[in-house]
Order: sequence, then C-alpha cells, then structure tokens
Amino acid sequence: MNRRIKETVIKHAFFLFALVSVIVLGLIVLSLFREGLPVFKQVSLKDFVFGMEWYPTYDPPSFGIFPLIFGSFIVTLLATVIAVPLGVLAAIYISDITPRPAVRESLKSVIELLAGLPSVVLGFFGMVIVAPWLQETFDLPTGLNIINASVILAIMAIPTISSISEDALYSVPQEFKEASYALGATKFETITKVILPAALSGISTAVMLGMARSIGETMVVLMVAGGAAAIPESIFDSVRPMPASIAAEMGETPYGSSHYHALFAIGVVLFFLTLSFNLIADYVSHKFRQTGSATL
Amino acid sequence: MVVMGGKEIIQLDDVNFYYGECRALSNISMKFVKNKVTALIGPSGCGKSTLLRVLNRMNDLIDGTKVEGKIFFEGKNIYAPDVDPVEIRRKIGMVFQKPNPFPKTIYNNISYGPKLAGLGVEDMDTLVEQSLRQAVLWDEVKNILNKSAMNLSGGQQQRLCIARALAMKPDVLLMDEPTSALDPISTAKIEELIEALKKDYTIIIVTHNMQQAARISDETAFFYMGNLIEYNKTEKIFTNPDMKQTEDYITGRFG
Repeated sequence: MNRRIKETVIKHAFFLFALVSVIVLGLIVLSLFREGLPVFKQVSLKDFVFGMEWYPTYDPPSFGIFPLIFGSFIVTLLATVIAVPLGVLAAIYISDITPRPAVRESLKSVIELLAGLPSVVLGFFGMVIVAPWLQETFDLPTGLNIINASVILAIMAIPTISSISEDALYSVPQEFKEASYALGATKFETITKVILPAALSGISTAVMLGMARSIGETMVVLMVAGGAAAIPESIFDSVRPMPASIAAEMGETPYGSSHYHALFAIGVVLFFLTLSFNLIADYVSHKFRQTGSATL
Repeated sequence: MVVMGGKEIIQLDDVNFYYGECRALSNISMKFVKNKVTALIGPSGCGKSTLLRVLNRMNDLIDGTKVEGKIFFEGKNIYAPDVDPVEIRRKIGMVFQKPNPFPKTIYNNISYGPKLAGLGVEDMDTLVEQSLRQAVLWDEVKNILNKSAMNLSGGQQQRLCIARALAMKPDVLLMDEPTSALDPISTAKIEELIEALKKDYTIIIVTHNMQQAARISDETAFFYMGNLIEYNKTEKIFTNPDMKQTEDYITGRFG
C-alpha cells in the first residue's frame, strides 16, 4: 500500500469514528421525539408544560409537569448558588494564590477525585447522613427535601465549576498580571480587577456546564429530593425534579401508554434545557474570547 | 564603585541575586543618576533584565528568588523589612518588552493605577489626557477612549503602556526592551518620547540594540554573566571603552 492510499484510509477511518457519536446522538434524539411527541395528542403543549397537576395514573390522567420543571429549577439554582462561590474561590486559590506547587497539585487532584464519586454514593450520603440531621435540627417531617438535594448537587457541580474556572484563570496571560503588579496593585486587586474579568468568559462557561450537570443529574434527586410533585413553599419542602420522575415511574409504566409517552416528553423538555445551557455556555465562551473582556 | 556626576536617585550596594541556586547577579554596585537615561546592555542572559526587575521588586513575584545587598531608592533601602513593595512599584514604573495593555478600554487602562492607589485624583479625565499627551498618543486615541486597547497597533499599545505607567506619576521609569517587538517607525516614536521624558523622569532602559543605546542614553552599563563590566558615559563606552570585553560586544565580535 503506498503512502497516499494509507493516508486516505486513515483519514476516512477517523472520520467514521468521529461520526459514530454523532449518529448515536441523532438516533437517541430521534427516538426521544418519536416516543415523546404522541402525548401531545392527549394534552396540549401549554397544558403539559404549565399544567400544575401531575397525576399520570389517575383516570382521566393529568399530565401537567410544571411542578417537576419548577423542582428541577429550584434545586439547580440553589445548587448553583452554593457551588459557584465554592468552586470559583477554590479555583482562584489554586491558580493564583497558593504559592507552592505541591499544594496546588494535591488540591487539584482531590477536587478531581470528588468528580469521580458515583452519584449513588453521594445520594446515599444525602439519605443516611444529611437527611436525618436536617430532620432533627430543623424539626421537619422529612429531611429529603430541596436543601438536601441542592447541597448534594452542589458537591457534584463543584469539581466541574472549579476545574474549568481554574483553566480559565490559569490561561490569563502572565503579562496582564505583571502589568498590574508593576502599577502598584496588590494581589487582591490584581485578582479582582484584572484576572477575574479576563477569565470571566471561561468562568461563565464553567457555571453553565455545572448547571447543565445539576439539572440532568438523576440519582441524587431521585434519592434525596423527596419526590413530591407539587410547587414547594419553602426550601424544606420536597420536590420531584424531572429526571427523578422519569427514573421513578418508567419501570412501572405500560409500554406505549400515554404515561409512557408523557415520561419521554419530559425527557424532551430536559433535552432542550441541557441543550440550551450548553449553547449559552458555548456562546458566552466565544463571544468574550480575547477582545470582549475589554468592556469589563 | 562607579561614580557618575549628578544627583543619584537609586544606588545599589553589593547586590547579589539568585534564582534558586543559580546566581544571576554578582556583587553589583552602581548608581543611577536623576533625570538621565541609563542604558543597560549585554548579551542575553547577562542579568540586565533581572537587574531592572530587582529595582521595583518585581522579582518578588517569582518563587525561589533571593536578593542580597542593599538597594537605596531616594536614600531608603527598598529591601528593608518594613518596606511595602506595592509602594515601591507606585514610584518606580515599568514598561515591558511586549506591549501588555489590559483587555479594558483605553481610558480604563490609564485610570487603573491611579484609582487603585487612591491618589485622590479630582479630575481623572484630565489625568488620562495628560498621560496620553505625554506619551504622544492623545491625538491618535482621543476619539476612541472607550474602545478596547487591544484594537490598537503594537506601537500604540506600547505608548499606551508608557502612558499608563506615567499616570502613576512615578519618579523612575524602568523599560525592558520596550521597542524590541515594534517596527522602526514605532521605535523612532518611542525613542523621541524617551528623549522628551527624561526632563521629568529618570529612565533606566534595557536594550539589545546598540544604536538605540548610543542614541538615547546618557550613561551606559555593560553586563556580562551577571557582572557589571563597565559603566560610564555613553559616549565614552561607545567610542573608547576601558574594557576589551565591552569593545568586543559593542563592535559585534561576540554576543
């Protein structure tokens, strides 16, 4: 085989490998829509998304997933509020404050280790340790609630936020930092006024990806969110986020029933949510690259 | 010790500098004269940039470095334990080899330092204009002050960096090969600027360009392997140096 044929073969082989994931994704999306869309013969899109009642097994059933969407958003938002400061501050410490490479390296690997924890382990931790503690301390009917799920989700999102932010902070050119110090800025001023603004696009990407991770996470919310499909009144109420609903109900649903289609339709909604988080992350990271941080 | 005429502003007294175990400067003693342009020349790795960065304690930011000896700035040892390097850097400005404006607007690049220093500038607009005028950049940027500094050309960026340093109203301006990344026209502009600035500032400039050193400086110091080989009037160094090494270097026989 001469060299040129070899090159061509290799090129096409790699193209095929690259194509596999695209095809798989395409097929999954296709089947998601095929199984999900039939529910809209029974219920309008508006009633589905904004309906307040999720009674899929009643007769007649009602498929309003707003409480589920609300549940997903509330735990995701709260998890983000907890995880962003922790993740970003940890990233700042690792990339710009710690003087010793040994500290830096060990902190980084511990945080990465946290990312490797299976979500069922974290869920278990939330169930047997956090929940009883919450229940006793705040005198609640159940410790499986929004705050519990948010804390556990935050623990899961921290590694994502921290490692991507750290990359962004680390890639701020040394010249900017030197320029700042040479003008008599302190380390704190340099971090807040030069490094953070320059890394803002990367940090926003990190936050969006962390949120995408939280909203799609299933096991944790299934185990610790409590599973009540109602709009919560406080952060100590239980909720039933979308992934938890799908995971809990799919096993007991007759194939092809409208409940079955409704669960797939929830999957479609979830798909669009994570997609939009990813698109926003992508947009933010491209828009502000290089020149854009100038306006900050 | 080499003694120059005029009032000294910085005096080095037997200074040694180490990167870890490696000694980058050996027993440097010299004085820099106020309102003069002093050029530091020598082959790459001879310690001239290190010396420059010792003067405003920028090397503090690199781990594992060590300074021995004393450096007096206006009579005070800047390495004394009670001295805050931040204060030193406000009085001794620096311009780097590669233009490094912040990814902010032109206006904010200039106002960054004075704002942080809390200089109590009543009229920031005036200070910005004044600094840009001093750096001969005002006419080119007066209509785009709120545009990103990243859109300027390399030469404009470097003059912006000079303006940014001047806005702090420093006493000394350190320049680390400020024209090495610029084209000849921008270089000429910066050289004119240096000429004009020495009325009000003491300028210490590292350069690899012999003609530049000869053109713009009053005094020239030649470094080799971390040692100060010769330090004298620029005219003397370039016409009749005392040391053979100096002559070999400036005539291009090595380095």
